[in-house]
Amino acid sequence: MKDYLDYLKVSATMGRISRREFMGRAAAVGVTAAAASTMLADAVHAAGPQKGGIMRLGLQGGSTTDSLDPALATNQVALMAIRLWGESLTELGDDGSIQGKVAESFSASADAKTWTFKIREGITFSNGKPVTAEDVVATIERHSDDEAKSGALGLLRDITNVRADGDSVVVELNSANADLPYLLADYHLAIQPGGGKDAPDAAIGTGPYIVKEAEMGVRIVAEKNPDYWGDTGHAAEIELLVINDNTARVAALQSGQVDMIDRVPPRTAGLVERAPNVTVHKTSGPGHYVFIMHCDTAPFADNDVRMALKYGINREEMVDKILHGYGSVGNDTPINASYPLYTEFEQREYDPDKAAFHMKKSGYEGSILLRTSDNSFPGAPDAAALFQQSCAGAGINVEIKREPNDGYWSEVWNAQPFCTSYWGGRPTQDQMFTTAYLSTADWNDTRFHNEKFDQLLLAARAELDTAKRKQMYADMGMLVRNEGGLICPMFNDFLDATTDRVAGWETGVAGFALMNSYAPLRMWVAA
Amino acid sequence: MIKTIPMAAAIGLFFTALYFLMAIFAPWIAPYGMAEVVGDVWEPSSGNHLLGTDNIGRDLLTRMIYGGRTTIFIATVATFISFTTGATFGFLAAVMGGWVDQALSRFVDLIMSIPSLIFALVVLSVMPVTIPVLVLVMGFLDSTRVFRLSRAVAADINVMDFVEAAKLRGEGRIWVIFREILPNALSPLVAEMGLRFIFMVLFISTLSFLGLGIQPPAADWGGIVKENADGINYGIGAALYPAVAIATLAISVNLVADWILNRTTSLKGGRG
Amino acid sequence: MSPVVRLLAQRISLGLLLLFFVSVLIFAGTIILPGDVAQAILGQSATPEALANLRRDMGLNDPPLQRYLAWLGGVVQGDLGTSLTSGQDIASTMGSRLENTLFLAFWAALISVPLAIFLGLLAVRFRDRWPDKLISGVTLASISVPEFLIAYVVMFFLGVQFRWLNPTAVGFRPDADVLTKLDAIALPVLVLTLVILAHMMRMTRAAILNVMQSAYIETAELKGLTMFKIIWRHAFPNSIAPVVNVVMLNLAYLVVGVVVIEVVFVYPGMGQYLVDHVSKRDVPVVQACGLVFAAVYIGLNLVADIVSILTNPRLRHPK
Repeated sequence: MKDYLDYLKVSATMGRISRREFMGRAAAVGVTAAAASTMLADAVHAAGPQKGGIMRLGLQGGSTTDSLDPALATNQVALMAIRLWGESLTELGDDGSIQGKVAESFSASADAKTWTFKIREGITFSNGKPVTAEDVVATIERHSDDEAKSGALGLLRDITNVRADGDSVVVELNSANADLPYLLADYHLAIQPGGGKDAPDAAIGTGPYIVKEAEMGVRIVAEKNPDYWGDTGHAAEIELLVINDNTARVAALQSGQVDMIDRVPPRTAGLVERAPNVTVHKTSGPGHYVFIMHCDTAPFADNDVRMALKYGINREEMVDKILHGYGSVGNDTPINASYPLYTEFEQREYDPDKAAFHMKKSGYEGSILLRTSDNSFPGAPDAAALFQQSCAGAGINVEIKREPNDGYWSEVWNAQPFCTSYWGGRPTQDQMFTTAYLSTADWNDTRFHNEKFDQLLLAARAELDTAKRKQMYADMGMLVRNEGGLICPMFNDFLDATTDRVAGWETGVAGFALMNSYAPLRMWVAA
Repeated sequence: MIKTIPMAAAIGLFFTALYFLMAIFAPWIAPYGMAEVVGDVWEPSSGNHLLGTDNIGRDLLTRMIYGGRTTIFIATVATFISFTTGATFGFLAAVMGGWVDQALSRFVDLIMSIPSLIFALVVLSVMPVTIPVLVLVMGFLDSTRVFRLSRAVAADINVMDFVEAAKLRGEGRIWVIFREILPNALSPLVAEMGLRFIFMVLFISTLSFLGLGIQPPAADWGGIVKENADGINYGIGAALYPAVAIATLAISVNLVADWILNRTTSLKGGRG
Repeated sequence: MSPVVRLLAQRISLGLLLLFFVSVLIFAGTIILPGDVAQAILGQSATPEALANLRRDMGLNDPPLQRYLAWLGGVVQGDLGTSLTSGQDIASTMGSRLENTLFLAFWAALISVPLAIFLGLLAVRFRDRWPDKLISGVTLASISVPEFLIAYVVMFFLGVQFRWLNPTAVGFRPDADVLTKLDAIALPVLVLTLVILAHMMRMTRAAILNVMQSAYIETAELKGLTMFKIIWRHAFPNSIAPVVNVVMLNLAYLVVGVVVIEVVFVYPGMGQYLVDHVSKRDVPVVQACGLVFAAVYIGLNLVADIVSILTNPRLRHPK
């Protein structure tokens, strides 16, 4: 029987029999549909990547106001477009480690203040010009100088000097940072000829594809770069289609109009997977849905009020009802197991008695105004309603105010003292804490000012001993958990889905959705 | 009188009355609290939850009863405002003619030609989103549509011989509007009113969708449809109940409107 | 000069004046709305320096009046300017979007307007009998269900379950041939037809019924004409004014108000384009869209008024 199945697998892989036939015949010899499906996927995978074909992706987040300039990229579609045509100096490996990309290798001085990146030899831009150290320097300059309007500006603030040295680039920092290579993997920092100073949106880079048609907010079409240096990029053509509506995206996948989608709504993910030709991929990541309080504004200035609200939230219920189980409970820090150097703390539970106790201790008796909107995270108004109910169980009166989606990120988030919000997370703990919890951070959206925390953060950057560094991050996490303004009930999983027309999905790739956005480059058209 | 009510109108009256009564007596009828989470997500209907539960486990019947209250109240008041202002100015424009007509008509053109999304965003971001403001904005925006229709109808009637005759008799404008034009313009207006009422119901849910409408945990029927729409493609009916409620309300209100239409035409001594 | 020509000249010049006021109002509106384009572009990843740099580059530090006049100067010379966010030429990007919107609106109107009038006539012909009630009931139900719900339901059944039609319009490309394009937009056209049918049909029915009371209809009936002929030849022409008004309202809706349908079916039309740019506070694009929408409204209203006059001899030859 095993031989028969092997024969079937080969036949199906070679395209001699259809998937449906394979499933039917496998069922005939007593193999369950799920097992047969896995078997077939393995067989297709084992056969190795096939070249050619068109791969279509349905993605959320694109807008007609997007630009191809990587400095201005803010959403999934813009990010994915950069992945097609561009590459940064470094990239995140599957296991969360950092590795060279346009840089062949890199090394740091002993004090982690001076970094040298050796540029990969013999690679060219899609316009045929070879990549030089000067191009890299110009790229970093464009994103970090005084004139810059780049999304990566905040990451590069510590850079004091960048220069070319033969085929290497030397980066000097103001203060030590052991994580610099992680920062330079940022997607905004795709290396462009001349740094893209002349033509920022020309979409010319070293990536495996060349953009041949771009209608912003609608579609981006790219064809394989025949001279690409690496071994990714199997499809002959990739089409990115913007499908912002959840139901439409799923319908397009189920009917085969697209081969791959991101952001399957958790509510319906289990149902989507029942379709015979669709597989839903669940990847845990650093993204978290949060309620944020300003630690310097009454009544949240009182840590007892903050603690009361932290005990007044029912985290399991949130994961069940908002994420429908596709996620994990949070513990009031922005860090979870997806980060390197993670330390687990005792889980904080819903405890109406403790919530009532802390509220009473604070002496605050008024109601708490919580602002929310549909776009702060999917299901935010519902999550707010659940929070209101669980707080009511502790005698705490929460009032909900729904704000317009339009303008939420400029008028409410980081401006009002208590609201719902979302963080996508960062590749390292240092980056996450630096972005949102350092006293001087631009996006310190909980107004967390803690001297001890700031000192620990700076010390950890220069600390090259992993064990000590891990302890420091644990201490910082504990400070945020017990004194911060962050109520983090849940970490959401990334839910992507593919049809069986494409193969090569790898589970557990570190980073963000769609195999850290490498899925279209590493998967191939199988049928 | 009762005997003359045809079957269709009786059904319409019954449902309209039922919905209005449920709206008025919501707190006494609803089995649970409006925002109370009483079960799991999207439970099927059972003895405890006649219509099942919604997307976060609240009793759907309760949500529907309270939602109907919001929906019906806002739609009724906004429709009333829209028709009184729209029809009054429409008739006035048609009867007065000249610069009054031009000024009013062009003003309405101006308001109508600004995309309502921008209009709603601007107005509601400047003013606080409370129910009275919501009703006024909706009624005002909608009255422009009523204005155009009533002006068109009235302009047609205004040149009829009997109106000329009335004017020659020396009747005042008010008399002409209310005694000559209004009765003859009533049927298209009543037909329109039934529909406008439904557009109001849908408009509230559009506003809720933009985050400008009803504040959670309160909801309107359109909002409940939206909250539960994800399930529709997988046979979860929670979104269908409020949709059916809106549809039956629409049909019954319009059945009543049709009946009124018939009665007004027969009052006129026509052939009915 | 015939009154129609005079009216036309008068209304077109008034229309231009109106467009000017619309542009002022929309500009003022976008200034009042909280947030600005620089903030919207950089979003969560912005820093104060990057914001300041972007604002300066976009000329957002100039006083509003100066920005408006600069924009107006361009428009008068036929230059709509470039988008602040994407840097693309507005006239060409918006042009292709407008073409798409008009394409969808054209097909939806082509099906729904004649169908609505035909169903309206049918309802009058069989007044108070089952065809009338059936037509009324079905169209009322279709109008009263939120349009996104109708869209999801037809998308699921016709697109995913039965695979009869494409569930979304992602296959729509402006340069494809007409059949491919129609294949891509079949579902949105269907939904739009359902959404606007009831309104026009009911108005047709009501307006004709109103006329049916007149003495001349009785005369026609006594002459022994068939019911359909009476309705079509005598009643319908005299009830055109309100019908045309409602038809124009719905045509305008097809051009201006189909955002939800565009989003759900992923159709690259004007609605989505406008919403994206409003949320990014991209003032020049919002202005340009506003002008186009206003022109459509004013144009259609003008058509409605002219048709009303042409079909009513008393209005055509005022005493």
